[in-house]
Amino acid sequence: MDNPVDAALPPRPAGARTVEQRNRVVIRFAGDSGDGMQLTGDRFTSAAAAFGNDLATMPDFPAEIRAPHGTLAGVSSFQLHFADYDILTPGDRPDVLVAMNPAALKANLRDLPAGGALIVDTDEFTKRNLTKVGYAEDPLAEGALSSYTVHRVPMTSLTTAALESLGIGKKDAERSKNMFALGLLSWMYSRPTEGTERWLRDKFAKRPEIAEANVVAFRTGHAYGETTESFAVTYEVAPAALPDGTYRQITGNTALAYGIVTAGQQSGLPVFLGSYPITPASDILHELSRLKRFGVTTFQAEDEIAGIGAALGAAYGGAIGVTTTSGPGLALKSEAIGLAVMTELPLLIVDVQRGGPSTGLPTKTEQSDLLQAMFGRNGEAPVPVVAPRSPADAFDAAVDAVRIALAYRTPVLLLSDGAIANGSEPWRVPEDDELPDLGVEFATEPNGPDGSFLPYARDPETLARPWAVPGTPGLAHRIGGLEKADGTGNISYDSANHEFMVRVRQARIDGIAVPDLEVDDPTGDADVLVLGWGSTYGPIGAAARRLRTAGHRVAQAHVRHLNPLPANTEAVLRSYRQVIVPEMNLGQLAFLLQGRYCIPVTSITKVAGLPFGAEELADRLAAHLVAPPLQNPPLQDTDQKEEVPA
Amino acid sequence: MTTVDLGLPVRGGLDLVPTAEDVQKAKDYASDQEVRWCPGCGDYAVLAAVRSFLPTLSIKRENTVFVSGIGCSSRFPYYLDTYGMHSIHGRAPAIATGLAVSRPDLSVFVVTGDGDALSIGGNHLIHALRRNVNMTILLFNNRIYGLTKGQYSPTSEVGKVTKSTPMGSLDHPFNPVSLALGAEATFVGRAMDSDRAGLTAVLEAAAKHRGASLVEIYQDCPIFNDGSFDVLRKPDESESRVIQVTHGQPITFGTDGRWAVVRRGFGLAVAPIAEVDPADVVVHDATDHELAFALSRLSDQALDHAVFGVLRQVQRPTYDDLTRAQVEQAVTAADAAGGPDLHGLLHGADTWTIAGR
Ligand code: SF4
Repeated sequence: MDNPVDAALPPRPAGARTVEQRNRVVIRFAGDSGDGMQLTGDRFTSAAAAFGNDLATMPDFPAEIRAPHGTLAGVSSFQLHFADYDILTPGDRPDVLVAMNPAALKANLRDLPAGGALIVDTDEFTKRNLTKVGYAEDPLAEGALSSYTVHRVPMTSLTTAALESLGIGKKDAERSKNMFALGLLSWMYSRPTEGTERWLRDKFAKRPEIAEANVVAFRTGHAYGETTESFAVTYEVAPAALPDGTYRQITGNTALAYGIVTAGQQSGLPVFLGSYPITPASDILHELSRLKRFGVTTFQAEDEIAGIGAALGAAYGGAIGVTTTSGPGLALKSEAIGLAVMTELPLLIVDVQRGGPSTGLPTKTEQSDLLQAMFGRNGEAPVPVVAPRSPADAFDAAVDAVRIALAYRTPVLLLSDGAIANGSEPWRVPEDDELPDLGVEFATEPNGPDGSFLPYARDPETLARPWAVPGTPGLAHRIGGLEKADGTGNISYDSANHEFMVRVRQARIDGIAVPDLEVDDPTGDADVLVLGWGSTYGPIGAAARRLRTAGHRVAQAHVRHLNPLPANTEAVLRSYRQVIVPEMNLGQLAFLLQGRYCIPVTSITKVAGLPFGAEELADRLAAHLVAPPLQNPPLQDTDQKEEVPA
Repeated sequence: MTTVDLGLPVRGGLDLVPTAEDVQKAKDYASDQEVRWCPGCGDYAVLAAVRSFLPTLSIKRENTVFVSGIGCSSRFPYYLDTYGMHSIHGRAPAIATGLAVSRPDLSVFVVTGDGDALSIGGNHLIHALRRNVNMTILLFNNRIYGLTKGQYSPTSEVGKVTKSTPMGSLDHPFNPVSLALGAEATFVGRAMDSDRAGLTAVLEAAAKHRGASLVEIYQDCPIFNDGSFDVLRKPDESESRVIQVTHGQPITFGTDGRWAVVRRGFGLAVAPIAEVDPADVVVHDATDHELAFALSRLSDQALDHAVFGVLRQVQRPTYDDLTRAQVEQAVTAADAAGGPDLHGLLHGADTWTIAGR
């Protein structure tokens, strides 16, 4: 490598380098909000994905756009878990922590297990920066971090020195230090480099000098690992044996947006998104705004209510109406959802849940809107609720939610969350012929006596009413929020009619066809069921693997359709001695199940703004398991600490 | 930025709506629903005017949609045999926006009241106006809450004694025309419920205007605010108060044009014609933003004067046309390249394949 730094470093003695195989690795990049940690993590993720590893990611960043430089509040981090088998979570604790400044070290060190590797940019450990975060002593002093393998690397100065000959400004040079870190980690984990270099040249195509600076910084970091004695070992993580297919890496928000576009294409209807920007849902608005070529119209409304109002207006006109939001926005949309319930029009409402109540924790994850989604409206206003379980699954969940909305003429709530929205994983891209046909027929002919049109006559199967869009001759009709007379849809204050209509609206939702709950019970004799919904899928699966490895017999099931619940739910619950429901709220699904089936449920809850860790959840589940573990746990050939292969 | 600057054709409000083949009559537009406003309510007169003016637009009845909010006047859609949605309080402009953007072949009307449009739905009203979405908004202003039985509204005069303000209301009212002009509306007019000819003329111009048109209709609520506009109805009183404006015409009013509107400072004032140099009489120009606003300020809460007619009508590209143009541009470009590529979108730039493991 022709690189100015090479000459300055002592060459490594030949043959001194060891390569070790690993099944899985967790890396956390941490730095200041302005240090480009999200970008660095994203890029490492793409490289791991392209290499064929399974992976899961967890970005964590402050709600402030640029919190004060170098402070704890301004720390941004990106955790990536990659492996040679199918993993389920972004990992509990990192094997390697990259800390670009003292604040990043202070905020993240407690998560690094003893023996973990720590890589720090020593240039940033100035007296001033240490004082900012309250370090009285230099935390990097000899002996202070003796339980870790510490690599003290002057990343900033090595980067600027390497870029000196390029003649770019000091600021731009310093800004490239994240690529130095990426280069170093790429070397440590034997990652291919061409993809990253190509990506840098593409990304900065308009500013070739910046592209060059980043490439040089990346190569410098790589060469530093290659030539420095302190990095004697590199690791390899082989590609994962996932099911056959074509894969790509995808975040939950992107997958959800693609699901909506796909539903539009598969139904032949235009998509209309009415939305108001809100964290962490805005990326769906951004993504759909770029996809106009698929007949997608996006409308950035004046507020949350106008967002759903416009979507409902478009649905009345025959489009797939969609609105996207997060918890506080869902609260504002309640009345309009009620109108959609009453007018029986298809509508998709996406709630990317975040920490609440009120403004809460905008950039953190939680599952605390389940009961709001179920019941947060006046009157008896049932709405189907669908929840994806992982970033890639958001695609299927979105397509399914639109299917229900169109087939049953109802608003549908899709409950994603912050962990799904911003997390990413490999997605097996569906083959073209795997995509469902969502074709729907508008009403074109009168359906009542004497050529009249009955907008509230119902399909005997689905109980759906006809969708007659304006412009259809002979079918002019009026709908609205006042109670409708059965059949004619005229205003009716008749008590018997109201009783009938309330029950028929409920029956229509209760009768929605959803697949049965599937139970994963490898030994087939588990007497404890761990039941979850949404993004707890990964942690529950990883925790169940740990428990099984320890000899416990546990079954796992995951609810995608929260309303209506699968028909076999009660039977499944009753077939276990104990049902445990872990949730990132104070027990909302547990409350629903107990109220619905009168079956006692053990609730495990967490509301820390962060997902359950696999180890944490396994420990908490174990504390609830009454039966002793099996005598001879099955042997596992693994080096896993937290998450083990199935 | 105007329509002309953008090289877009100047369209009328109904240009993309299919025309009716047969001659239509007012009774074709009457639905089978019994009209249930109080006897003497001004809404009846407006309904009659609308039923008889709609056929004159010569568009297909099924391509006409009335969207309303909540309030007495918002029952309006039920009484017309067109498509309609009686929605929720204040949100009709938002719902109509989604409908108008996705369906250029519809003529979209919004029916709202002073409470619906200016109180609970104020935000949606101003944004629909500034975006200039192609819709016609009929704002029934009776200066009272009727459906909830008589509380003061955002257009009630200060000091109004109602059930919720036994010692008189305290808050200063909106001037809806000033508000609409401030919200960048491209068409603002005003009419009186009982003035069939004047109302019809403003409604017709509004429906044919491409963009958001706001028509404030002074409407009597005999139950809770009886006679609130009587000073503008009784000949002896209205003579000195009602100012009818027509584009291109000098603004004079009263018997034999006894009064004239003249400039004063940055605004306008009323003066006896005898004391005015005829050259100083203001000639109405509906395309003049400042003039329209100054005219709106002549109407005050005491109704000493009230200006009727089309106060402003200007051309500006509509949000719905521009939105559709962007989508069409993207679709056309994709079609030229062989159609929108869902397969390509889902696969993205970086995929890897796993086979035969
Ligand atoms: S309360 Fe007033 S506005 Fe309402 S219907 Fe009766 S008269 Fe008309």
